[in-house]
Amino acid sequence: MAERLLEVDNLQVSFATEDGVVRAVDGVSFTLDRGEVLAIVGESGSGKSVTSMTLMGLTRGVNSHFGGSAKLKGKELLSASEEDLEKIRGAEIAMIFQDPISSLSPVHRIGDQIVEQIRAHDKKISKGAAFDRAVEGMERVGIPHARGRARAYPHEFSGGMRQRAMIAMALSLSPSVLIADEPTTALDVTIQAQILDEVKNLREHSDSGIIFVTHDLGVVADIADRVIVMYAGRVVEKGTLDEIFYDPQHPYTWGLLGSVTRMDREPPKRLPSIPGLPPSLIKAPKGCHFRPRCPHEFDRCAEVPPLEARVSDAPDHLDRCWLSVEDKRSRREVEGRIGLVKDTVAV
Amino acid sequence: MNDEVGREHRESERDHAQQAFKSGRRGQDGGTQGEEELRAAGRSLAGTDKPLLEAEHLQLYFPVKKGIVVDRTIGQVHAVDDCSVSLSEGETLGVVGESGCGKSTFARCMVRLLEPTAGILRYRGRDITHLGRRKLELLRREAQLVFQDPVSSLNPRKRVGQIVGTPMRLHGVDGRNGVEGRVKELLGRVGLNPEHINRFPHEFSGGQRQRIGVARALAVDPKLIVLDEPVSALDVSIQAQVINLLDDLQDDFGLSYVFIAHDLSVVRHVSDRIAVMYLGKIVELSPARELYSKPIHPYTEALLAAIPIPDPEENRARERVVVGGEPPNPVDPPPGCRFHTRCQYATDVCKEVEPPLAEYPGGHLAACHHPRSLEQDDLEKVSRSPLSPLSSAGLLPNGKESPVPQIEANGAGGGLRRRLKRIVPV
Repeated sequence: MAERLLEVDNLQVSFATEDGVVRAVDGVSFTLDRGEVLAIVGESGSGKSVTSMTLMGLTRGVNSHFGGSAKLKGKELLSASEEDLEKIRGAEIAMIFQDPISSLSPVHRIGDQIVEQIRAHDKKISKGAAFDRAVEGMERVGIPHARGRARAYPHEFSGGMRQRAMIAMALSLSPSVLIADEPTTALDVTIQAQILDEVKNLREHSDSGIIFVTHDLGVVADIADRVIVMYAGRVVEKGTLDEIFYDPQHPYTWGLLGSVTRMDREPPKRLPSIPGLPPSLIKAPKGCHFRPRCPHEFDRCAEVPPLEARVSDAPDHLDRCWLSVEDKRSRREVEGRIGLVKDTVAV
Repeated sequence: MNDEVGREHRESERDHAQQAFKSGRRGQDGGTQGEEELRAAGRSLAGTDKPLLEAEHLQLYFPVKKGIVVDRTIGQVHAVDDCSVSLSEGETLGVVGESGCGKSTFARCMVRLLEPTAGILRYRGRDITHLGRRKLELLRREAQLVFQDPVSSLNPRKRVGQIVGTPMRLHGVDGRNGVEGRVKELLGRVGLNPEHINRFPHEFSGGQRQRIGVARALAVDPKLIVLDEPVSALDVSIQAQVINLLDDLQDDFGLSYVFIAHDLSVVRHVSDRIAVMYLGKIVELSPARELYSKPIHPYTEALLAAIPIPDPEENRARERVVVGGEPPNPVDPPPGCRFHTRCQYATDVCKEVEPPLAEYPGGHLAACHHPRSLEQDDLEKVSRSPLSPLSSAGLLPNGKESPVPQIEANGAGGGLRRRLKRIVPV
């Protein structure tokens, strides 16, 4: 069995604001092993980014409040001191952000920014040696003429190249956990395909664990091993890639799967969509958070369903829905295997 | 009357067109033979004889300037390079391409938000390429835009009622119940609560803000709406809601759409025809259905292959061709076919000869020397489309030469636009 890298248990993050307390993450639990890609899927405001940023200690502030625990190789992250976190960031957990232009410094050369990170963690390494390592890292992620390009500024790079530079920077210290927060959302499809190939390459050639945060189920199908579906701060479904795609249990997952356009099939006349809007996290609905938008809600939904295994032969396939498994399978209306949801969830 | 376009033999016909323009009908003008031919192409493409908007050999170069005291033009960004397209009433034209391919510039040119450096624009059969501000008023009312970013395209200090109502006041449109009544009607129509008329944009979510943008566009009874990546900034489930809404509105109001998107998944549901752009050129123009089942240009093929399939098993099974590299710099586009630097099928001919837009059966146009997914029969029936860029060669993919229209020089300094009037019919 692969080494367990991350163990997140009942993580809660809330922020006090003028309008009230925002419960951004409400009881999220997951684990991450070496060599595995875990995808966190959800819409904006579902808490997927807050979860990943909390692991890096980036959500700390006077108005934030944490609960539960998040352990990296057995070491608690939530209560770690700022000095400890500094040692962990970059070296143990590294992060790639969605927008590479705003996460790189515009006034420093790309190579220098990578060198800075290497030298911050390894005081003994010389500038020259660190630069060589930076160039090597840039070559590995497919930046051509890396030695020359390392002396360029971020604005001289294209979007795809900047994202590659971000990946090179994140990997420069061979971290055990890599968090990619929507790394391809701002990129063109052809460039996205290139970056996804880099990520797959990485999974094969390093033994890091990767957390891939995204809202695109196509991307998930391409790279993930296990999937967490989040909605309004809670995990609504959790399982292996095939379980989520071929036997989805939560109505929200059905909606997500149905909204994806499939290039390999005839398009339905009307795009299936989930009616309504995600709830406010300040005044979240009582009971199941998806209830107001769910076409299958009934009385019992006023009570929060626990996240538990309901499918008999899949102990690791968890979901948060009161419907019985048979009921779900008959109501799901996901044709054949997956994908084409009939026009049941109209606007 | 505009002197620049004023030519004696067109005078009477333009008057006629103008009247038709004003009364809301399409002008039945003849035009020169070259134009006739181009018009015919538009007709056969759209499958109707009512082109609403026609762009012929539209070109827009942005100058690249250098110098502190005196600006020198050191180059030109070839943003839109000889693109022709026609849009008929009630039709949706999807324009797809990677960032920087000129798709937004092209669409903005079409409604004269940007001034093309060459080419001809026609709205309802009337030449609008050089019309002045006053004469453009009708176009300004009938052609509306919806932008990508619903945050920055709405004035944060105005209330919804003002945002949607202002275009109506400016153009003197008001409904039975006055401006406010109509604003409420429109809000209801786009799926918002009419009572929210006094709210500010920040009080709405992204999807709702995009609906406000759509209501604003609808306010003045447009015929044509240019949708510049209207759903790219929205969540997947909300994207579907907005696309369905746009679909309904099109049916209800008989709108024509120009729908810009950066990938092929979004436009599939809405488009009748799709134009794929690469580095300022249209490389493929085809009925939507055909484009997905039979992509001819290798770039279209690559765009389709790059979209991940949301099905783990099929994803594992399929061989994915990933196009390497990035689009070249539009200041200095490569000669010949612009895609040859990244194309896996490229040969020597691609580096030198610019392929014409070849017309295949079914109104499918593609500019490629090595077309994909074609039968031998189709290849035999190919002809050079009149929409081809003027600079493109006559060489067709089946090895035959087709006649290239000769452009008669129209005296010294005749720009492309002027020269176009003299295309000698082949």
